[in-house]
Amino acid sequence: MSTVAIDLAGVKKSFGDKVIVNELSFSVARGECFGLLGPNGAGKSTIARMLLGMMSPDGGKITVLDEPVPSRARVARARIGVVPQFDNLELEFTVRENLFVFGRYFGMSTGEIEAVAPSLLEFARLESKADVRVSELSGGMKRRLTLARALINDPHLLVMDEPTTGLDPHARHLIWERLRVLLARGKTILLTTHFMEEAERLCDRLCVLESGCKIAEGKPDALINEHIGCNVIEIYGGDPHQLRDLIRPYARHIEVSGETLFCYAPRPEQVRVHLRGRADLRILQRPPNLEDVFLRLTGREMEK
Amino acid sequence: MGESYAAVMPANAYNWIAVWRRNFLAWRKGALASILGNLADPLTNLFGLGFGLGLLVGRVEGTSYIAFLAAGMVATSAMTSATFETMYAAFARMDTKRTWEAILSTQLTLGDIVLGELVWAASKAVLAGTAIGIVAATLGYASWPSILYAMPTIALTGLVFASLAMVVISLAPSYDYFAFYQTLVITPMVFLCGVVFPTSQLPGSFQHFASLLPLAHSVDLVRLAMLERGAESTAMHVGALCLYAILPFFASTALLQRRLLR
Repeated sequence: MSTVAIDLAGVKKSFGDKVIVNELSFSVARGECFGLLGPNGAGKSTIARMLLGMMSPDGGKITVLDEPVPSRARVARARIGVVPQFDNLELEFTVRENLFVFGRYFGMSTGEIEAVAPSLLEFARLESKADVRVSELSGGMKRRLTLARALINDPHLLVMDEPTTGLDPHARHLIWERLRVLLARGKTILLTTHFMEEAERLCDRLCVLESGCKIAEGKPDALINEHIGCNVIEIYGGDPHQLRDLIRPYARHIEVSGETLFCYAPRPEQVRVHLRGRADLRILQRPPNLEDVFLRLTGREMEK
Repeated sequence: MGESYAAVMPANAYNWIAVWRRNFLAWRKGALASILGNLADPLTNLFGLGFGLGLLVGRVEGTSYIAFLAAGMVATSAMTSATFETMYAAFARMDTKRTWEAILSTQLTLGDIVLGELVWAASKAVLAGTAIGIVAATLGYASWPSILYAMPTIALTGLVFASLAMVVISLAPSYDYFAFYQTLVITPMVFLCGVVFPTSQLPGSFQHFASLLPLAHSVDLVRLAMLERGAESTAMHVGALCLYAILPFFASTALLQRRLLR
């Protein structure tokens, strides 16, 4: 058993003329949480589907849990748990029935499923809902059941496509907390997300995607240090272009996105001095995050 | 292409059972309504045509018209039951309900799913066909053992029409297209294949064409069993039905691979 859980080398995928994934390479070590971060349409879901053998690449090589994909994807999938982007639970079945039906797809006997179901329900905090129909569950509960279902075969690797999209903050935090428990148990997680906060909180390493291309890869804090490396002042109100000229001498870099001006300044107090007394402005100073990295790397709304 | 097609074929001889059991569990939750729904249509035809037309027609091929029709209705209800289960229910599981998507993320292959769906649809066909047979036997139009002899044919008929409908759903962009298959293929087959009248009534060229249709083989086989006739050309009928079941299975799996796993 190698120490690499997932390896992609020069993977390409197009639909017609549209390139979805362009010469993508990365590898994920066992026990690692690896994030694919990018906006909608960056190719994240396509990559997740290719890893599972549910889509064939046009070129390149994919290896998952030492199995070549897609040719032996089925063998790999026996040791993978999947949390899809859209819930595909059995709505007319109860929570418990969902686990049983899914366990049987992995060739598990009724006895084997009975042995693991209670701990999965407990893990998903759904013990009291075992005999409730899925159609009666909240969005957060459905997601937790999808997560429990993905664990039924005791997978080495979890592939999660946007696991918390559409959830309220409370439900999202609960999922994150559950995922950290899984990482502590040594599971490998591949996660796609467009939430910078999610990537920052969970991922050991991540790959930033834009239109199917990798534009950065590394540890979240290293990426932040490398690309930003100083405090950020967000300024709302006023004319951003006029403000930009005013504070340019004190900023390392400035970006305007919509009505907000992002000023990356090693010494933020210098900027603040020049904005003192401007009652029309709202000023927020904060440490840099992945959002800033993305804004910086993609060049969107950048200084013209 | 060859390698990837091999990868979607059924992985082993038993994976499909998990898909069948999933459908069985879902069906059990609404079994009563499903059974009544399955019975209502063929029974209406049987009694409506059997008693009404039967009075005018008298005897057909040496039996009462209603006994002749009952055998045809057994095959027909197996056909419609398997066709509808695949076209509507299996299509929903593939498309709107995303059930297949969930299954494809496990160690099952597309071929396992298709096989499970076909056997499931055939199971429902057995239920529907046998139910008509039981009604016929209760009323004395067929003997009880003959229903048992007809069951393998009913099951095979279910597989054939599930398999053909699987090709339809692998190509149809939406539900709207199913009506074409129903009105242009399924309904004409009822009249061409000797369900309500003997094929000898058809013009010569139609007779040749009709004899190639899958329902014609089913009807002939069911009548052999239920009217306790000799076993003439049984092997040919069974062979034809097997081809009609197997070839569309491979075709639909390839088409579904293109549709779902491209």
